[in-house]
Formats: sequence, structure tokens, C-alpha cells
Amino acid sequence: MKKTYLNEFHQKNNGHLVDFAGWEMPINYGSQINEHNLVRTNVGIFDVSHMAVFDFSGSNQVEFLEYLIPNDVNKILDSKRALYSPLLTENGGILDDLIVYHLGENNFRIISNCGTREQNYAWFNKIASEFDVQIDFKSDASIIALQGPNAIKNLSSLYNVDIEKFHLYQDDEVMIARTGYTGELGVEIISNASKGLKIWEHFVSKDIQPIGLAARDTLRLEAGFNLYGSDMTIENNPYDSNLSWTVDQSNEDRDFIGKKALKHLQESENCLVGFYTDERGVLRSGTKVYFEGGEGVITSGTWSPTFKKNIGFCRITKNFPETGKSILRDKEINLHFCKTNFLKYLK
Amino acid sequence: MAEVPSNLKFLESHEWARLEEDGTVTVGISDHAQELLGDIVFVELPDIGKEVTQSGDTAIVESVKAASDVYSPLTGEITEINEALVDNPEIINTSPYESGWFFKIKPQDIKEMDNLLDAQAYESSSES
Repeated sequence: MKKTYLNEFHQKNNGHLVDFAGWEMPINYGSQINEHNLVRTNVGIFDVSHMAVFDFSGSNQVEFLEYLIPNDVNKILDSKRALYSPLLTENGGILDDLIVYHLGENNFRIISNCGTREQNYAWFNKIASEFDVQIDFKSDASIIALQGPNAIKNLSSLYNVDIEKFHLYQDDEVMIARTGYTGELGVEIISNASKGLKIWEHFVSKDIQPIGLAARDTLRLEAGFNLYGSDMTIENNPYDSNLSWTVDQSNEDRDFIGKKALKHLQESENCLVGFYTDERGVLRSGTKVYFEGGEGVITSGTWSPTFKKNIGFCRITKNFPETGKSILRDKEINLHFCKTNFLKYLK
Repeated sequence: MAEVPSNLKFLESHEWARLEEDGTVTVGISDHAQELLGDIVFVELPDIGKEVTQSGDTAIVESVKAASDVYSPLTGEITEINEALVDNPEIINTSPYESGWFFKIKPQDIKEMDNLLDAQAYESSSES
């Protein structure tokens, strides 16, 4: 298995290590529920250096990115900002989701998921061959997420900077993005591994708790964020994955991969919604859901430490009512459908 | 290192059994099991009076990660269940051998305890 530069730290600090997409990563450091609650009430740090970092050079980066993704990169050219987008095939199928960072003129970066890194590198190279764009697939990147209501306060002990939401700070050692996968205030800090180690150790010395990937998953689910591979795959498109907002057609002249196919896919009969239940038993991915007039399947499901309910996302036919049911261990479970951002809608 | 109390008997599937003074047997899951499961969020306990068999599935323990069957170490009848686990299943994580007990059995044949692993044998089997 591959390891991040913090592997030794995880081993020495009660990190329970598992194989995550070929990387040895900490699933928790003792209690995932504890770690989840810490991020919601205070602050935590995540080693997500297994994610893939691509740095671009060349004179055609804007044109390349305009073509590469359905979201419009022109929206972030006015300052140092980040843009979320799925990555599509010609058929409108989803290859991955990623974030594009605009660091300056002809100075872009993409961070994508870990499991899709090789696929994405090959894809970017193939598309980039039509443009003056070169790709540096970084092998020594450190990505540390600092998330929670006290994240910015804790960041100021190292970087006393004011960063607007989705914007970036950069110096010659780090890029700090006000982005995150938890639904809380926070940043993601990208640097090389040796700088990352100093940053990580600094936060640990301030008694900030490292958070494992299990808590990362329950946090993102509560926040309404998709997980590629679970909530969407190549069999899905932005319209059945709650991502129609990432398809930016405001510039009709802009051609992008999948544009033609998306016109027909807009009529998709499925949609991705949230569900929750107070009844007992965790409803997991792959479990079917039924309702009057239709049915579907759960794509992600878990126990929500914040709401103390079972929650998740399901892909169901569009004509859904308020409630439905599922079957768990031969028992019928009643559930409610809702928007995926539980933090916002399930107060 | 997971704790394995020497006065208990075990199934290879990580259940422990403790013979009480009144002849009943208290059952729970081991420290190793709760560690493997992670944070426990639900239990499904058997009904009092239910007849159970040695190694038969008797209860369910569910963590955020996965649900798992809990097997009875002995044949007999369920005489008591730990209701506290219904609202606070996390007790199993913090006290798997004491407050985190699942149920008590009136054993049909106490000699069945000889079929169980002693602490040392369980420890070796769970380490492999």
C-alpha cells in the first residue's frame, strides 16, 4: 500500500490504518463519533495527502479548462479562487469530481480524488494534447484539512490571513484554500511534505485532534456532499447526481466535453435526494427504497452523530412523495425524503 | 493490546461467557470485537424466554461501520437482557466485559462450557 508522509505519525498516535484506494490511511484514532463531534463543535485536522494534485503550465490553460469541465472556469479568473466541478465523458458520464484552483495567470491547479488519480492523469494528458498545456502530477504534496468552528482561529497561530469562502491564500511555501468537505468553517492547506510535516506538528502541539476518514465520511454526508464512487459513477450524470448547478451553460458558445449528451440527459428520470429515519438500524449503500409510485436505491448511508438519526442519499425516480420505506433485516423501516444538505434542512 | 480477562470463556467469534454464582451465564463481546467494530450505535437483543443454541445467532450488534451477528456461547434460555444498551450502546465500547454485557442464559447443560476457548486460546486465535 502507498503511504502519506504522515504514516508514521498515524501509527504512533492510535491511528487505525486500513487500505483506502491502495493507500494506508487512518480510518479513526479511537472513536469516529468522537472525532466527528469535535469537528462540529471545535476543530480537527485531516491528513488527506492521498488525494491527487495536478499543477498546470503552458499558455492555453484557460481554453483547456473551458473545454475540460462543465462548470465555467471564467467565473474564477477575477481573483485567486476555487471552482468545484464534475469531470465528464463525451456521453455525460461522471469520471470524478474535482476542484480547480486559479492561482494566477496561466497558473492553475486541480485536486481530485485518490482512487481516480491515474484515470484523471491519463484523461488530462489526452485532452491537453490539443492545447499548449503541460501537467505536473505532484508526488510529494501534503494536503492538510483544518475544519471546525474554531478552524480559522487556530489557523491564525500560523497564518494570520483573512480568506473569503472559496478563495485562496498563497505564498512560496503553501496554498491555503477556504474549502472543505465537512460543512464547517475551515481550510485545506497544500504544500510539499516537509512543510506539511511542520504544519501538522504545529497543530498537534496545540492539542488539535487528528480526524480519521470514517468521520470524514459522516461529516460530508451530513453536509450534503457527494462521494465519487458511491453517490455517482460513470453510469451517472450531473442531473441524476444533484449536480445540475455545476453545468454552466451561460456562455452558449463554450464547448465542453459532454455538452451535447447533457442536453438529452436533462430528462433523466432519476434524482439524488437525502433520506432520514429515527427507526433503528443503519440503512447502507445498495439497500433499496420504496414509495408510492416508484423506488430507488441508497447510494450512501450512515448513522449521523449530529442528528442521532440514520441518514443518507438515495437515487430515486423524480415523482417521490414525502415518505417511503426500506427493508432492513426483514423489518420495514419508514423514512423521510429531504434535501441532501442535512445541516441546513434538518435542524 | 486488547484486554482478555482470564476468568472468562470465549467463542472464536468473539463472544465471552461468565458463569455466575447463581448458575446463570452472562454473555457479551470481547474488547477485541468492540475495537474491530468501532463505535457501536445499535443492538438488537433477544426476547426474554427465547431458546438459544450454542453458536446460534442470538443478537445483533451494529456499529457505524457494519452490523454483526452475536452468537450464544451456550444452549439454554434467555433470562435477562441489558436494556441499558438500547439507548446507550456505546457502553459496549467503553466497558465490553462489565457494563456492556448483552444477555444472561440459564444453560441447559453447563458442561457445554468445556467446548469454549479459555482466555489464552481465545487470545491466540484472535491474534492470528
